[in-house]
Amino acid sequence: MPKSKQRPEAPLSLPKVPTGIEGLDDITGGGLPRGRPTLVCGSAGAGKTLLGMEFLVCGAMRYDEPGVFMAFEETKEELAMNVRSLGFDLEKLAREKRLVVDFVRVERDEIEETGTYDLEGLFVRLNYAIDTIGAKRVVLDTLEALFAGLTNTAILRSELRRLFRWLKVKGVTAIITAERGEGSLTRHGLEEYVSDCVILLDNRVVDQVSTRRLRIVKYRGTAHGTNEYPFLIDEHGISVLPITSARLEHSASDERVSSGVPRLDQMLGGKGYYRGSSVLVSGTAGTGKTSLAASFAAAACERGERCLYFAFEESPGQLARNMRSIGIDLDKWVHKGLLRFHAVRSQQDGLETHLARFHKLLREFEPDVVVFDPVGSFVQAGTRRDATAMITRLIDMLKVQGMTAFMTNLTSGGEAPDTTEIDISSLIDTWILLRGIEIGGERNRALSVLKSRGMAHSNQVREFVLTDKGIELSDVYVGASGVLTGSMRQAQEARERAEALVRRQDVEAMQRTLARKREGLQERIAALQRELSIEEEETERIIAQQLGKENVLREDREKMAKRRSADVPPAAPSRPRKQKGGRR
Amino acid sequence: MTKSRKKGDLAPQRANGEAQDSETWELRLYVAGKSPKSVAAFANLKRLCDEHLAGRYRIEVVDLLQNPQLAAGDQIVAIPTLIRKLPEPLRRIVGDLSDAERTLVGLQLRAADAGTRNRSASD
Repeated sequence: MPKSKQRPEAPLSLPKVPTGIEGLDDITGGGLPRGRPTLVCGSAGAGKTLLGMEFLVCGAMRYDEPGVFMAFEETKEELAMNVRSLGFDLEKLAREKRLVVDFVRVERDEIEETGTYDLEGLFVRLNYAIDTIGAKRVVLDTLEALFAGLTNTAILRSELRRLFRWLKVKGVTAIITAERGEGSLTRHGLEEYVSDCVILLDNRVVDQVSTRRLRIVKYRGTAHGTNEYPFLIDEHGISVLPITSARLEHSASDERVSSGVPRLDQMLGGKGYYRGSSVLVSGTAGTGKTSLAASFAAAACERGERCLYFAFEESPGQLARNMRSIGIDLDKWVHKGLLRFHAVRSQQDGLETHLARFHKLLREFEPDVVVFDPVGSFVQAGTRRDATAMITRLIDMLKVQGMTAFMTNLTSGGEAPDTTEIDISSLIDTWILLRGIEIGGERNRALSVLKSRGMAHSNQVREFVLTDKGIELSDVYVGASGVLTGSMRQAQEARERAEALVRRQDVEAMQRTLARKREGLQERIAALQRELSIEEEETERIIAQQLGKENVLREDREKMAKRRSADVPPAAPSRPRKQKGGRR
Repeated sequence: MTKSRKKGDLAPQRANGEAQDSETWELRLYVAGKSPKSVAAFANLKRLCDEHLAGRYRIEVVDLLQNPQLAAGDQIVAIPTLIRKLPEPLRRIVGDLSDAERTLVGLQLRAADAGTRNRSASD
């Protein structure tokens, strides 16, 4: 791998050598000072030797910088065995002339001192080892063994001073390890010889839980993180957690992701959560927090995203079985590699160790969605304040990387439902409240959105129903008798349906009666009309008869008159004169 | 270590009959060049051997500046270092051997010569 892992800001500051140790290069701004000695101090078992060895192995394997490990405490074989579990093959590196391990034994009871001496033998050995493989890196672990083997501290001190000078002249980047002393960094005051970079390793035990921490005590000529950084030693070596995200500068995504429950998406402005936001689901025991979490996880996998699920109370197997019962198949996604469980008891490690492990997993798995179920259990791994600080860091860490955080939190019965075990409410973007409602001899679940930043969310309480096909939300019955859920809601709904049916039947009956009436009346109308037309016909017939009779009579009279030769009467009788004159 | 080069080798010399047995002592002195300490150490050693082990000792001088690869074998850290290879067990004396008393104690010559009369081992 190229050596150019230098940071952009490097030109003006010291040239640095990347250690290759996860996180350490981040907090030192690029690594250890090139060509200078660095002091690594810490108590027994703090990880000094491992840090030194990883520095050399990474140098040899990744940066093409061969290294010399001068061991004062462990033999070559012991060292090789100790780091084999980390995948470091020292024998192979030695065969390839990329690493030399030289075990220096200084045994007090074998040595008699008479007169003056110097440590030229050590110089010669170191020089020889460096020159045979062209080493660029050197680790001296632990020089203080010399103080145990040799009594003349005046000579030792001046020789150590000379050694550090010599290392600089030689131009190798060196790590010198030293035991932590009482009230001072190192037992024999080595820090006064090494002025460029001092790293302190610490392994504190609080409440039977140990946490490893690393701190850069000084780093001349460069800006460096000054905090204590938790670090892990696991099967891949050391990884330091850089707390780089204590700033609020993450960008906010406009993208929305489904919660896995269509109706809930509807409540959240119709589209679900924001990508990269933090979601908290809080509720009392058994209100369905984990189901909602699993639903979200499954939805993410369905979209082809990767989900990391931290389970602090259930094993993955148990979780998968339980979720199968509500129709969510998590195993499928585990097999596809989209879902990874990390189940661990929160009490098992200190908070920092947890955080460091999360950080490492996040870096390895690169999930889009991270679930913490439940987040409140961290209180058991530390104090409430520490847990809050840790979760703050965690949320920041996720936000910076644009990962959506989904956390569940258990509220105990006595508490107000909108409080969290840890004070993280202000960090939460979307907060969903689950409640158990107990009426009428049964317990039902209700869901409401307490807050959801940056979206118009529903203010309605919905009944939260776990079916064998997943989560369903339904309207609660809000009526004269209050909010009804569960079977009371169903009973109410049935009652309403029955009433509606009765009403419908009444209307139909009335409509039928009306129709019948209309039919009857119309029949009567028809009968009357028939009667009327018969009457009319009869009347006209009589009229016609009467007219015929009159004609016959007139004709008879005219015939008779003809026979008597009577004169024809005027066709139209004139007006009587008597009326004309009578008015006067 | 096994191929150690001998330098400034002194031939075994006849004993004065002072030491307890006739076994030949094999001594190896590690030095770094001709530094004053190295030169002093060799001179001091030679004088003591002549006094106490006349005729039955061999001194092998190893200059680490010329043979740096030999330093690891005998676990040399300090210079000068004197190793008593024979008789067993191996003894290791660090310094320019300017303190004759302590050198003799270190070589376990003193105890054989004068018991623990007026001096106990400093360690």
